[in-house]
Amino acid sequence: MDDALDVVYRTERGRVLARLIAVVNDFDLAEDALQDAFVAAATAWVTTGIPTNPAGWLVTTARRKAVDRLRRAASAERRHRAWGELAVAWDAGDEGASPGPIADDRLRLIFTCCHPALSLDAQVALTLRSLGGLTTDEVARAFLVAEATLAQRIVRAKRKIRQAGIPYRVPAAAELPERLGAVLAVVYLIFNAGYLAASGNELVKVDLCDEGIRLAQLLIDLLPAEPEPLGLGALLLFQDSRRDARTDDRGRPLTLEEQDRSRWHSGQVAAGRQLLGHAQRQGRPGPYQVKAAIAGVHAGAARAEMTDWTTIVALYDRLLEWEPTPVVALNRAVAVAMAHEPAQGLALLDEPALAAALVDYHLYHSTRADLLRRAGRLDEAAAAYRPAPDRQRRRAELPRSTAHRARRPRWVVTGPMKLIPSPYDGVAHPARRTDSGGRPTTGWSTATV
Amino acid sequence: MRYMLIIHNDPELHPLPGDPRWDELMAGYAEFSEKLASDGKPVNGAPLNDPTTATTIRVRNGETLTTDGPFAETKEWMSGYYIIECDHLDQALAAAAMVPSAKYGSVEVRPVAEM
Repeated sequence: MDDALDVVYRTERGRVLARLIAVVNDFDLAEDALQDAFVAAATAWVTTGIPTNPAGWLVTTARRKAVDRLRRAASAERRHRAWGELAVAWDAGDEGASPGPIADDRLRLIFTCCHPALSLDAQVALTLRSLGGLTTDEVARAFLVAEATLAQRIVRAKRKIRQAGIPYRVPAAAELPERLGAVLAVVYLIFNAGYLAASGNELVKVDLCDEGIRLAQLLIDLLPAEPEPLGLGALLLFQDSRRDARTDDRGRPLTLEEQDRSRWHSGQVAAGRQLLGHAQRQGRPGPYQVKAAIAGVHAGAARAEMTDWTTIVALYDRLLEWEPTPVVALNRAVAVAMAHEPAQGLALLDEPALAAALVDYHLYHSTRADLLRRAGRLDEAAAAYRPAPDRQRRRAELPRSTAHRARRPRWVVTGPMKLIPSPYDGVAHPARRTDSGGRPTTGWSTATV
Repeated sequence: MRYMLIIHNDPELHPLPGDPRWDELMAGYAEFSEKLASDGKPVNGAPLNDPTTATTIRVRNGETLTTDGPFAETKEWMSGYYIIECDHLDQALAAAAMVPSAKYGSVEVRPVAEM
């Protein structure tokens, strides 16, 4: 029974919680009542067996538990307000006495959790905690933060949702592209955190890659008319198909060029192509579809030297239309070098604006070194691998903490060094979280992560 | 002439509810409001929720940037205010993005505390 309950917990918790939040209009009350309902299920289901519709059973039970909790609630203010709302929702009774199929409120919940008025780390924590099947402890371990820190982050986020009036709704059509971009960015960040952790820290048991793919699938199911979730799903599958080939025997990361491509999972590649095909047939291209297309080109090359770099350069040109960021420009320069001559890629890297934007980005210097090596300029390559003294000094002199630096989620910078940035790699880096004035720009960064 | 009184607060010094000084403070505000009203000066004032509930909007190149928190630049100074009635934060953020100065500075959106 424990196992069966565990399965229900993993598969149904998000949907049931989303429904409850819609009904009781209170994040914490919904979570507490759901916890009560799971405790009740542990006893009741031993005798009755698992109900045919466990989610419906849980919603009905949790609603009763919420009523009980409100009756006991000491705060008269809370009782009046929330009790009134609950009574209304209860009377409206979209379910009646027998637990029937429940409406899917997860879409609303996703948009609330990924609201741009919340900090990015709060968005990630809330999304994983509410829509993933993970406990606070598991989320904390996956991101290498103390459980208390993460719990505090979630408490603050919920408080802001309540006090600032962040709505529990799917954005209107006009807002949807921007807001959906934020949601996709959070899911991509979750996947990437798992991707980085996979080769860096074997102790992390929680698989954020799987969690990211699951969330992408959820978005595809909930927004079937939107091509970008399909694009994200395809991108994640292409990247995940390489999970067994990404490191050598000693756990060191391998570049795409070095990987044993026979270890790529062809099933995932095929599934990715199918999703990307569905997306492209809708005729509304977007950044995730283009990133997926780039990853798809790599997936289609049986050997590294068979890679169609000319197509990849063209795809990066398209990506720059949506994401004119230094990191995309860096990846494009690599593709140009591979499609033509290393010198042409180097010329792009040495353009003053790009060099200045990426001076503190380690992958810029390792990429430059790699292209110098390929061009046969070995002395320069050796020098480029080491940060120059003036650059070190500069870094030390940087103001210690503009607010965003301290607030930047740790996990985006804890990845292993790679000699070449994966051309499809969209992992966030600090420069993309600030605007020209060095201010934190959640909206911008979440749109481009 | 109209003047706006901008109240700044140091959370480390400011008393909290339950402290007798809090009650004294609240009584003081009530008295102050009454005094202004009885002097025939129209009053439009309200307490705000704390900065952790704030969201800041900037508009750059036609794109709206949304940030959790107040995050005013030190060189930015408060240059005006609106109090608007909205159903939820999304409406308030949309209104903030329409403030013309959002193109150059920032607009902080902070819920008025419900008393």
